[in-house]
Amino acid sequence: MTELLFPPGLLLVIGALFMPMGKNIRNALLFILPVLCMALIWSAPAGYVLSMPFLGFELEPIKVTTTGQLFATIFTLMALVGGIFAFRTASTLELTAAFVYAGSAIGVTLAGDLITVFIFWEIMAIGSTLVIWAAGHDDAYRASIRYLMIHLLGGLFLMVGITGHVVETGSIRFEALSLDSISQYLILAGFLVNAGAPPFSAWIADAYPEASPSGSVFLSAFTTKTAVFTLLVAFPGTWILIPIGIYMIFYGIIYALLENDMRRILAYSIVNQVGFMITGIGIGTEMALNGAAAHAFAHIIYKALLLMSAGAVLYRTGKRRCTDLGGLFQSMPWTTLLGTIGALAISSFPFTSGFVTKSMIAQSAADQHMAIIWFSLAAASAGVFLHAGIKFPWFVFFQKDSGMRPAEAPRNMLLAMTMFAVLCVGLGVFPQPLYDILPYPVNYEPYTAAHLVAQFQLLLFAGLAFFVMLPMMKRTLTISLDFDWFYRKLLPVISQQTINSVSSFANMLTNVAHNLLQAVCNSSQIKNLSRYHLAESWPTGSMVLWIGIILGGYLLLDIYI
Amino acid sequence: MSEQDKHWLVREETIRKLWIIFIAILALTVIAGIFVHQHVHFGIEDSFAFFSWYGFITCIGMVVFAKLLGFFLKRPEDYYHDTGNEDGK
Repeated sequence: MTELLFPPGLLLVIGALFMPMGKNIRNALLFILPVLCMALIWSAPAGYVLSMPFLGFELEPIKVTTTGQLFATIFTLMALVGGIFAFRTASTLELTAAFVYAGSAIGVTLAGDLITVFIFWEIMAIGSTLVIWAAGHDDAYRASIRYLMIHLLGGLFLMVGITGHVVETGSIRFEALSLDSISQYLILAGFLVNAGAPPFSAWIADAYPEASPSGSVFLSAFTTKTAVFTLLVAFPGTWILIPIGIYMIFYGIIYALLENDMRRILAYSIVNQVGFMITGIGIGTEMALNGAAAHAFAHIIYKALLLMSAGAVLYRTGKRRCTDLGGLFQSMPWTTLLGTIGALAISSFPFTSGFVTKSMIAQSAADQHMAIIWFSLAAASAGVFLHAGIKFPWFVFFQKDSGMRPAEAPRNMLLAMTMFAVLCVGLGVFPQPLYDILPYPVNYEPYTAAHLVAQFQLLLFAGLAFFVMLPMMKRTLTISLDFDWFYRKLLPVISQQTINSVSSFANMLTNVAHNLLQAVCNSSQIKNLSRYHLAESWPTGSMVLWIGIILGGYLLLDIYI
Repeated sequence: MSEQDKHWLVREETIRKLWIIFIAILALTVIAGIFVHQHVHFGIEDSFAFFSWYGFITCIGMVVFAKLLGFFLKRPEDYYHDTGNEDGK
């Protein structure tokens, strides 16, 4: 069957718009839409293209590739399980926005041309902003506006880049691009903004933790991984991505170590994990690209699982700071267990999904004899265990006893978490089904004695370092400065001062003018003239009215004569 | 709260046992490393228990680095709220 005429992503986007019609319809759609979408994605074979002419270009709203199918699959699965997690607690606005957001992300993964990519890219920005909005408090509103500003900026880079690229090459095809001119660099910059690359990394930790407990689960999956997908298609093997990726890896670790808010810790570790993928894309060998794609797939699952466990804690306790939490394992044992499985998977602990995906990237660095990168990745693997693998479960579920004994998470939340936890372990033990849908044939065996021993040594001694250094890791009631300081602190101050100085300059001018006028009035006989109608001072309103009439007259003359 | 009222997992005796088990496992991974030959790419990986000391030292390094950076970067939680209506709402 090759008759795929409707973009699967658009199905979710349009279907989501029917959600506000009623609670039952909404809950049914939460299940039906992802299932239908999944069926559509796999109904067409790789290589299938649907094209249509548009303004002299040949649009390809559907182009099925193995990489695209892989990402579309995990996005659809995320929408389904996220819906299960969210449907009892989330608002209809949030669920509608989340499905529009998921659908547009899927749209990008199955797009064959840059115009389609751009359109879905922008819908994604709107959908995700609305997801943050749906949290409904003041901080979320502010964070969402900052988030939207960054993404509109990224979209602007992308649009200018695409326009230039089309003018230069005459092609709108979404394929591997060579960095020949400023246009391709702008496209790259547009993608990187969404990936959370420096200097714009702060938006992730700024915006995602302000969303509702379920909102941040949806947010963690789509934007950054869509960016990974576009980089994977358009810029494989671009060396500049390697230092960018390495920077993101260590940025995530260091900032997460400094952080006190549990969901912000997880947000920083998104940057860290995306850094691994971007490094892999920069290395650019088949093994590295496979690793980046597989890691994105595994990452969405365990990161959603981690944020679900954090969301369940937030939902039950209303607290988000590590300093307020602790000892929750006593009354939330299932959430603790499932969250810990996610924490092990993100640390690529053997027999979890991270182990079979992340090590492909490290292996490709070794195969290319990139010593510095390999040593960085090894240190970073230990660091991931440090900042997410142990720190998150330790400070949330164990450490000191906070005295809180909240009820276990609601059943639908536990079900969603269990589904993803099973996948984390399942893909770790039987990676073959995942390897089968990767872009290139896989020739890699993760379970060798040497690899197992190396990984156990690395992670367990990282764990030892955590507990040895625990006194130095005492949480404080602080936030950490980041690049967003420039637009949250410096820019408002500068603009306020500019406004002040401009307005004081304007005041001065007005005063001078006023005084001059006074002087003229006094010296001449204008006062005497005021008995004549045309010499009176007229209200501004009538001036504007007359100008309007005159201009309107010009317009009419121009049209009819 | 007396020791007996605590959850069994957080009693001091359990914690002591957990440390002993943890150290035993650590020792086990180092011993296993002696018998397993690492595929050498860069020359240093076959040094004794390479991944153990590398993981340990780099983690200590990252924690210390984060701590030092924290002196410059950490601010009170309401740091950004001081500016009031910075984005207009």
